Amino acid sequence: MKFLQNNFKSFFLTEIVRGMALTFSYMFKQRVTLNYPFEKAPLSTRFRGEHALRRYANGEERCIACKLCEAVCPAQAITIEAEPREDGQRRTTRYDIDMTKCIYCGLCQEACPVDAIVEGPNFEYATETREELFYNKEKLLANGDRWEAQIASNLVADAPYR
Amino acid sequence: MTLQIFLNDYGLPGALIVLQILAFVVPLLIGVAYLVYAERKVMGAMQLRQGPMTVGAFGLLQTFADAIKLFSKEIIIPSAAHRVVFILAPVLTMLLSMIAWSVIPVNEGWVIADINVGILYLFAISSMGVYGVLMAGWASNSKYAFLGGMRSAAQMVSYEVSMGLVIVCVLLCVGSLNLTEIVTAPRPWWVQVMLLPMFVVFVVSILAECNRAPFDLPEGESELSGGFLVEYSAAAFMLFFLAEYANMILMSAMATILFLGGWLPPFGIEALDFVPGVIWFVLKVSFILFVYIWVRATLPRYRYDQLMRLGWKIFLPFTLIWVLVMAGTLMATNSLPVVQ
Repeated sequence: MKFLQNNFKSFFLTEIVRGMALTFSYMFKQRVTLNYPFEKAPLSTRFRGEHALRRYANGEERCIACKLCEAVCPAQAITIEAEPREDGQRRTTRYDIDMTKCIYCGLCQEACPVDAIVEGPNFEYATETREELFYNKEKLLANGDRWEAQIASNLVADAPYR
Repeated sequence: MTLQIFLNDYGLPGALIVLQILAFVVPLLIGVAYLVYAERKVMGAMQLRQGPMTVGAFGLLQTFADAIKLFSKEIIIPSAAHRVVFILAPVLTMLLSMIAWSVIPVNEGWVIADINVGILYLFAISSMGVYGVLMAGWASNSKYAFLGGMRSAAQMVSYEVSMGLVIVCVLLCVGSLNLTEIVTAPRPWWVQVMLLPMFVVFVVSILAECNRAPFDLPEGESELSGGFLVEYSAAAFMLFFLAEYANMILMSAMATILFLGGWLPPFGIEALDFVPGVIWFVLKVSFILFVYIWVRATLPRYRYDQLMRLGWKIFLPFTLIWVLVMAGTLMATNSLPVVQ
């Protein structure tokens, strides 16, 4: 009996037909992939993407050159040099992040006492050369200006959970 | 004066033939392009993906973009390869997949060469396809390519035997080797029912004949990294690729003519006669091509010994017995076709 059953199964391709019915039914299901450059998945407010240096509303840069981020950085991607500005305030003269070293752990933004260095929501900053990924202070401040609105709203949204 | 005669005798018929050939080849190549697109889309849908979406609306121009890419690349010929055979192989494969179309009737009278042994011609041409693969495998002078070529040769030869017997079954109830007559010959319903298992065998055999999944061992990218295609690049690769898909369409057309009634409306429903025959033909061919893609999205690759077992130990005896059964039934009911 078992023998007959097995032969019946293989002769009438029952298992193959069942498998094909399954794939056919999947054809009409909702797609799980996104049409990426045109559709994007929602990001968490805590998403750690490209770095940015923020400014206060009056345009003054936030960073006070405390070098906590440089100290905490486990990949040693951050390099800071600082000296007093003409008005006597302590400011950075150099603030470099080597994006090829960075591991996006977010410790720099945790360490920052003035919310100056943050990891923003941008993750689309691929470059054609390696050198373009050695970010300097200008680039980071420009990032901050570009993404300020979203970074600020993310910080506000995440504040109750900190 | 002599020029006038020459033009009338050879020029005009020649031009007519060229036009006929173009009328077949151009739609065929466009069909190949959209078959590749359809494959990517359908498999995408079955795997909950989207398939190509970027080039053109819904990615409709994706294949053309790929073709331009492949054409603009460099053809790399390995230094150890046999140069002539290496280049000849894709050309031959492409050529064979194109010339077979000369006997395919896509509608009543829409055929370039309505020869009376059309099915034999088709069978011969499709069998020669193995030469292209063997030549590619041997000329590449690479282990993978050689193994792929060997596998392909063995596979195509094995499945051609059962395919031949399936065709004999059809010819028994039709009584003609002409493809147009095979379509138009009257078939009682019980003959159709008896041919149904042969149709299944034929579809499985053409999967193997075209080296398609689940019988794509010659390519076998997981163990042979592309088989006979491994050394090919750019335009030569594209010729193989085009030929493979053109062969798929050819084999589907063959199945349509042999089993699905060619350009006639399905199930002999006369109310559907107003639709042009070409459209029925294309729809039926598309259906079989969809099955090709559907099977590829469903089944894993067969092991080589399973492939050979299926070909020689199951299909060959089964088709042999079925030829006897069909012949016996036709004899017993006195319904063998009368050949004038």
